[in-house]
Amino acid sequence: MWAFINKLRSPKWFYAISAKLQPLFWVAATLLLGVGTIWGLVFAPEDYQQGNSFRIIYVHVPAAFLAQSIFVSMAVSGLVFMVWKIKVADMAATVMAPLGAAMTFVALFSGAVWGVPTWGTWWMWDARLTSMLILLFLYLGVIALRGAFSSRDSGSRAASVLAMVGVINIPIIKYSVDWWYTLHQPATFTITGRAAMTMDMWAPLLIMVLGFYCFFIALTLMRTRSEILRREANKHWVRELAEETN
Amino acid sequence: MAFSSLNEFFAMGGHAVYVWAAWGVTALLMLVIVWHARQERRQLLNVVKRRVRRENAQRNAQPSHAQPLQEPVTSAQKDVRHDA
Amino acid sequence: MHAPQGGLVVAIKATLKRDLTLMLRRRGEVLNPLVFFALVITLFPIGISPDPELLSTIAPGLLWVAALLAALLSLDSLFRSDYDDGSLEQLLLAPQPLAALGLAKVAVHWLLTGLPLALMAPLLGIMLSLPAGSYAVLALSLALGTASLSLIGAIGAALTVGLARGGVLLSLLVLPLYIPVLIFGAGAVQAAIFGEGIAAHLAILGALLALALMLAPWAIAASLRISING
Repeated sequence: MWAFINKLRSPKWFYAISAKLQPLFWVAATLLLGVGTIWGLVFAPEDYQQGNSFRIIYVHVPAAFLAQSIFVSMAVSGLVFMVWKIKVADMAATVMAPLGAAMTFVALFSGAVWGVPTWGTWWMWDARLTSMLILLFLYLGVIALRGAFSSRDSGSRAASVLAMVGVINIPIIKYSVDWWYTLHQPATFTITGRAAMTMDMWAPLLIMVLGFYCFFIALTLMRTRSEILRREANKHWVRELAEETN
Repeated sequence: MAFSSLNEFFAMGGHAVYVWAAWGVTALLMLVIVWHARQERRQLLNVVKRRVRRENAQRNAQPSHAQPLQEPVTSAQKDVRHDA
Repeated sequence: MHAPQGGLVVAIKATLKRDLTLMLRRRGEVLNPLVFFALVITLFPIGISPDPELLSTIAPGLLWVAALLAALLSLDSLFRSDYDDGSLEQLLLAPQPLAALGLAKVAVHWLLTGLPLALMAPLLGIMLSLPAGSYAVLALSLALGTASLSLIGAIGAALTVGLARGGVLLSLLVLPLYIPVLIFGAGAVQAAIFGEGIAAHLAILGALLALALMLAPWAIAASLRISING
């Protein structure tokens, strides 16, 4: 395990190994998202209560899961960077933040759109959407803080601290918002609050969730590699590599 | 199949606007993200290639120097801060 | 040669005394948040409606949000002047743990901003027709809550103290983290109005404060190091 961590200290090693991993995840993402999309949009039965608008679940839930998971990954990467001084971890954290923010936005947008036929309103301060909105602000804060420092290393360390503080707060925020919402809206209607989804409804959901995760991993590998190119541009191996690629 | 015709599929039982708006924005965003990532990579490789070419040209132009001159950092070459 | 334990207590006392003296000298910095609090509360009846019945229903939230914003505004004075004159750097060089010294600074800050806000709130509650039976809870919840707000806010203040326009960024960083305190603080006051149990809310506010006391000092110290060494 320590050997692995030590290897991670070399961006060059990570660049090489991620070159092999990346295509696997892209292929997996494409397959899973393709199958999930067709299954969810075409074959899954419509919901007896919500009709076909329930199909939004197949993008809303995966995006929401990713939004939260990416923040946790970002915080863990930040921790690895601060504790073990592994630059690649910081590079990964740097590229994860915008994707996480984008997924949070997707969750918010799809959730709000879903609310129109469901609640008759374009925005609803329910627990899930409110938590997602707060999460979006947390993401924006990390991105803004990293960019506010003139020294890249200071920005990285500051963003790592903030991500770690944020990740501790996320369960607290979720709990508080849930509590707040049930207090003010006793007749709650949660988007996935259904008694039981039949298998032909949740199977495509599972596939979509896996597809989104593979997308996240593939994209993060790709953009971390680019970040390596950006930061290590002076290194000999990067120059050789650039000369080799067409 | 939950729909008996293509028209029915697009209509989504009257919820077309919502379903296609949500799915459409998601798909569009993901495609833009991938396109941007590839563009970013291409740009970074080009920057390095240009610099290598320039240094090679300099080296060839001054064969008396044992070491290639260290290029002064211009604004084009400074570490491009990643623009989230 | 003092024993390390004695050295720590001495250093904390010295920090407390110094910060108290300095802050009391800058009376403006102590009064500004209070005036801001009162002003913001004045804006709401003007912007919404002077109807006492309406105001009384939204008073708990208004009071808590206005106090929270006033506390946020006061965070700038926590580290900035020390950063500007170099004494913050000296603090980093001290042999005593930075977490403890930072905690001392935050304690003074709360004593001179959070606590006054909490004590002033009932007065403003009268102006918003806050229903009877909730005034004590208002002050108590604010006293507990602003302590957490000072601790959490200090992390943001430490991260941004070296930045040129850190003020706005500070708000963006800190406000999402304030939300749980707001929820249970305002919730406590509302529970008091409806005659429901306030113990749960105050207990959670206490738990949040305990968590902040345990974790924030380390984050504050790490953040100060980043801002100064960067």
